[in-house]
Amino acid sequence: MSVEVNERSEPEQRTDQTPLVKLVGIKKYFPIRRGIIFQRTVGNVHAVDGVDLEIYPGETVGLVGETGCGKSTLARVIMKLFEATEGQLFYDGQEYTRFSRRRMRPLRREVQMIFQDPYASLNARKTVGSIIGEPFRIHRTVSKGKIKGEVQQLMELVGLNPEHYNRYPHEFSGGQRQRIGVARALALKPRLIIADEPVSALDVSIQAQILNLLEDLQAEFKLTYLFIAHDLSVVKHVSDRVAVMYLGKVVEMAPGAMLYRNPKHPYTGALLSAVPIPDPDLAAQKKRIILEGDVPSPIDPPSGCRFHPRCPRAQLPKCSTDEPVLEVHHPGQLAACHFPLEDRAIMETAGVSE
Amino acid sequence: MPEPLLEIKNLKVHFPTDDGLVKAVDGVNLTLYPGQTLGVVGESGSGKSVTWLTVMGLVTKKEAIIEGEILFRGQDLLKLPVDELRNIRGSKMGMVFQDPMSSLHPFFKVGDQIVEAIRAHQRMSKREAMDLAIDMLRRVGIPRPEERARQYPHEFSGGMRQRAMIAMALVLNPDVLIADEPTTALDVTVQAQILDLIDRLEQEFNAAVVIITHDLGVVAEHADDILVMYAGKPVEFGERRDIYYGAHHPYTWGLLQSIARLDEAERERLRPIRGLPPSLIFVPPGCAFHPRCPYAFDRCSKESPELIPENGHHASACFLPLADKERIFKEEVLQRS
Repeated sequence: MSVEVNERSEPEQRTDQTPLVKLVGIKKYFPIRRGIIFQRTVGNVHAVDGVDLEIYPGETVGLVGETGCGKSTLARVIMKLFEATEGQLFYDGQEYTRFSRRRMRPLRREVQMIFQDPYASLNARKTVGSIIGEPFRIHRTVSKGKIKGEVQQLMELVGLNPEHYNRYPHEFSGGQRQRIGVARALALKPRLIIADEPVSALDVSIQAQILNLLEDLQAEFKLTYLFIAHDLSVVKHVSDRVAVMYLGKVVEMAPGAMLYRNPKHPYTGALLSAVPIPDPDLAAQKKRIILEGDVPSPIDPPSGCRFHPRCPRAQLPKCSTDEPVLEVHHPGQLAACHFPLEDRAIMETAGVSE
Repeated sequence: MPEPLLEIKNLKVHFPTDDGLVKAVDGVNLTLYPGQTLGVVGESGSGKSVTWLTVMGLVTKKEAIIEGEILFRGQDLLKLPVDELRNIRGSKMGMVFQDPMSSLHPFFKVGDQIVEAIRAHQRMSKREAMDLAIDMLRRVGIPRPEERARQYPHEFSGGMRQRAMIAMALVLNPDVLIADEPTTALDVTVQAQILDLIDRLEQEFNAAVVIITHDLGVVAEHADDILVMYAGKPVEFGERRDIYYGAHHPYTWGLLQSIARLDEAERERLRPIRGLPPSLIFVPPGCAFHPRCPYAFDRCSKESPELIPENGHHASACFLPLADKERIFKEEVLQRS
């Protein structure tokens, strides 16, 4: 328990430290256009709608939410694969929101990405050697003659057989392909790795191998991770802090263990209560918050709190008119809710030792 | 004991390929009773899906060498002529797949697709069939079913599509519902809704349900019995509590230890199963799991263990003495939680 307390207050103690990545009021709208010649914008998809986030060196921040909550869009905005509609991006204290492609280049070396589908994100016509070696060729960090040796070293590092240098992606299993993706991301010795659902396409037994690999690499190279997934148990396992997103906004942010014990936002509670636990007795004790309906359209998000139409605790009119902001509930735990959950609302005894 | 609904006896499904014989299913024995929910668990390539595709008649003797018996109410499905099998498949047994987008036809309205399924098996006017389809959509929890029936699959969300698939599988009131990774492509909140729905429908229709998954977490709340498969063979079978609170097979231990648990007190290192699932052409001799098993000894690479019931009907195919299995489970597997 005492360890927990330290963990909670950590972000405050870090004020003298510059965050590696800082997002201020990031919005990303995708215009919806109608008409063939005279295209006019008839609306916007509010994919990300005002997100502040800081990622400190060496930590793992988890980003969790359902399909369409904007978590992948946010990752692509950080990578500047999408231009932010509003807000500011900082890397190591320097703003890069409006950087040109050329000025982005050194930054791209330091921030790498791992994708969900290891088959779709690898070029099927290239050998594994040339896929992992590609970053060297683009950024010219290693001379041509040395590329093969470097690539084989990387392959060994991620648990691939270096002799398979000349094989093609289809000759590997899903887990091995994800290792190829990890090796490619590591090639330029990045500081930040954004992993977008890196294990959700894999078997549970293989997921564990990849999660352990990512953990080892973090320790060895002092990497910082932004770990995006819809599976709260995986996110909680790998992350120091977890941000929960709903319809383009962060609704709660806290260390994983705290989220599990005391979720404050009813949406976090619903997510938690839906996660399967491989323990029938414990699962039976869990109180379920069942959400009605689907996530509303991000084209015209609900007024006030975006979660209010599905929220079991919503009180009208407050929740439909006043938009809640992120407030501190416990040290280190922020939630945006007018009527937060009581402590231990989901798990009475919770297998957590006190 | 009630009359068994489905009995699988020594089922083998082998696919001839240019590289050799793929032994996808290699000796499965199983009995399924009405109202029973069976969880079938294993990694990709364990034969868990092929077994049930064969039961549904979706893998046939045209593409595979099939041996053994599949008795549905005493009738061997493998010996039935195609048109009689077609009567049973669809009306007596329904199947739901992982990806509902690829199992619904994108060009036809959802309601029409369900109507087609009904009229393939029952003489019924289109209007009656549509009423039945709409009623079924309502029962699986689709709001405004009259409107929804006139929409195309792309207008449905993932969870709604999976509900529509379940509606289609259940509309003829089958005795067996086979759900192959029904929630793998869905968000956790939707996953919970779909699994609850399957539970509820099982009671409503008194059907036997088979849930195929790679994740022991998914079936913890829903299955009565669990069958664990590895390299085409069942390696452990037991009641739910037998598996979660006293599993006997090292492979099952590995599956349990691989799961990142929400209820872990502190961040503990996951203990994955080392290595990869074997090639089904060159299956390791002896116990197929021995190259990945931390407890393997001499005998494991020479002899193939049988699935033997150890107490009651909890059975495992492993040479370790029972006392060792119980000790290892308590000391090494359970300690995490």
